[in-house]
Amino acid sequence: MNPLKEEKSAPKKAPATPGKGREAPTTSGRLLGEVRRALAPRIRELKFDFHLMSRSLTSLAGLFLLAVLIAVAAFPWLLTEPAPGRDPYLLPFDRNTPDPLPPSADHLFGTGKYGADIFYGVVWGSRISMSFAIQVVGLSVIFGTILGLISGYKGGLIDEVMMRVTDVFLSIPSLVLVMAIAAALGKNLESTKLALMAVWWSGYTRIIRGQVLSVRENTYIDAARASGSGELKIMFRHALPNSWPPVLVAATMDMGSVVLTMAALSFLGLGAQSGYSEWGKMVYDGQQYFYRGDWWMVVFPGMAILVFVMAFNLLGDGLRDVLDPKMRR
Amino acid sequence: MLIPVLIGVSVLTFMIMRAAGDPVTAYLQNPEKATEQQIQAIIKKYHLDEPNYIQYWYWLDGIVHGDWGISQQSKEPVTETLAKKFPATFELALVATALAVSIGISVGTRAAVRVNSAFDQGTRVVSLIGVSIPVFWLGVLLLALFYYQLNWAPEPGRIDKEFDIVPKYTNFMLIDSALNLNFDMFVNAIAHLVLPAITLCFASTAIIIRIMRSSMLEVLGAEYVRTARSKGLPENVVTRKHARRNALIPTTTVVGLSFGGLLGGAILTETIFLWPGLGQWSAGAALNLDTAGIMGFTMLTAFIYVLANLTVDLIYARLDPRVRLG
Repeated sequence: MNPLKEEKSAPKKAPATPGKGREAPTTSGRLLGEVRRALAPRIRELKFDFHLMSRSLTSLAGLFLLAVLIAVAAFPWLLTEPAPGRDPYLLPFDRNTPDPLPPSADHLFGTGKYGADIFYGVVWGSRISMSFAIQVVGLSVIFGTILGLISGYKGGLIDEVMMRVTDVFLSIPSLVLVMAIAAALGKNLESTKLALMAVWWSGYTRIIRGQVLSVRENTYIDAARASGSGELKIMFRHALPNSWPPVLVAATMDMGSVVLTMAALSFLGLGAQSGYSEWGKMVYDGQQYFYRGDWWMVVFPGMAILVFVMAFNLLGDGLRDVLDPKMRR
Repeated sequence: MLIPVLIGVSVLTFMIMRAAGDPVTAYLQNPEKATEQQIQAIIKKYHLDEPNYIQYWYWLDGIVHGDWGISQQSKEPVTETLAKKFPATFELALVATALAVSIGISVGTRAAVRVNSAFDQGTRVVSLIGVSIPVFWLGVLLLALFYYQLNWAPEPGRIDKEFDIVPKYTNFMLIDSALNLNFDMFVNAIAHLVLPAITLCFASTAIIIRIMRSSMLEVLGAEYVRTARSKGLPENVVTRKHARRNALIPTTTVVGLSFGGLLGGAILTETIFLWPGLGQWSAGAALNLDTAGIMGFTMLTAFIYVLANLTVDLIYARLDPRVRLG
């Protein structure tokens, strides 16, 4: 916390992130030095973040699970290779075995109707879930954040209208609204994705807006305005970085909620259709066999959803603890 | 607050409905057999040949006056189906909420009082699973285990067939059986409720435990709790009267919000347990593109959810004297 120390360490650490240095509005030496000095405490904070994260066992567990999931989702063909020329997201079938087979060396997690390989579905399902969640959460965060930023910073009529619109979206239970929109758009994964995007942004708008309302009262915003910064620059360079931590936490946890909703809709028959490596649909397809005692078709895909959602919840919990100024001391 | 939100909800559902397909079918008993004359009459009655905002006005007029269109799925006016199916869902949701609130508050309090004990750690694991587990998977697991394997639970549905002849006054099975003084039926209704209610309340319980635990921990460190202790009050009086009452304030908000998750979860729970309520019916409506049905369900759940949160605000004002209404 010694300011002298800060300045000393700054020149050493700043080059580590060249991206930030390039962002300086002009390349004059004075400004560059300013950026370096501004960056030093941020890097120290980041290191402290990692230190705090690594201290919490649960967030480490979340990180580990997530690393495994990302690896599987990124390189599913290393675990189980799709037949050439076939849509890799379709389960491989075998017409010769109409009845499900229990787990064996050939089929680690057993097979479903007509030899649908459950292991294949679980592995490739992670890719479907991961890309689905990233697309939905990513776009919703961008859209919701921009709207919330404008709403909170501008205030007045814009804010009032925007908040009433989010009220409407938040006053219908999300699964109900998503189901209605997905039904209107058609029974496939694409329309489920659009339906989720149409609904999910409103939560982020509310969070960011609430944050900006308190952040904009800070002296540094006044200082930025006094020094002649434009509205856009104040919003994105000053208000946004100080408002985003709660959104980051919410978005992390929502990665799980989005996948839960997607799986639920597929289970109901609206999202992915039969034969796809989608976990919710696989649970649905195995349901009838499960009731007769053939457990593997339901248990493995369901476990996959549980692990996926749990990883993001653990990480979100950890992030919240790290980013909460009350908890850091 | 209530009225603008509901108007907004109606605009949104109107837009979804128009995106879903031909609005004429939402007002016909038998769209396949409808004559040209009937179709023209509907178009004229609801001004379907005019711009959307005029259509919306006539549609809203119908909604306010109880004309919610005709459900293709149940072949009758939507309002009638909603009224018929509502008690089943309401009974289930009420039992689930009662379970979630009572378990959530007591377990959350205990976990906070004995922080970092084995009980606390176990609670954390269970609540983590609770917020992460897919509702439908849990339902399928419970049904397979307790009905198909162990045969402890009765078959899916609200009540055994033998009680079909018992007169129903309210369609709330628990109330009806009590009114008939039929003890067997009461027990049977409860047995049918157990698995669906557990499935439905699991996620909400986990959320309530979490918030209760954390707000309890915060309150237990407060000065007035120390004051109460230093006055020599017994520990359970301190926890119950001084700490818990204050910790309940944030919990109440979460209970209201998690009610929305409960309404969504009812769609899945009812589908799995063949519960003849709104949730199961709405899933069918969504699959068969029964636009009037989808719209009716969406409007009704939004209304219930808004009302539930209004109730929470009222409870809030009672719990926290600093909050003044109006």
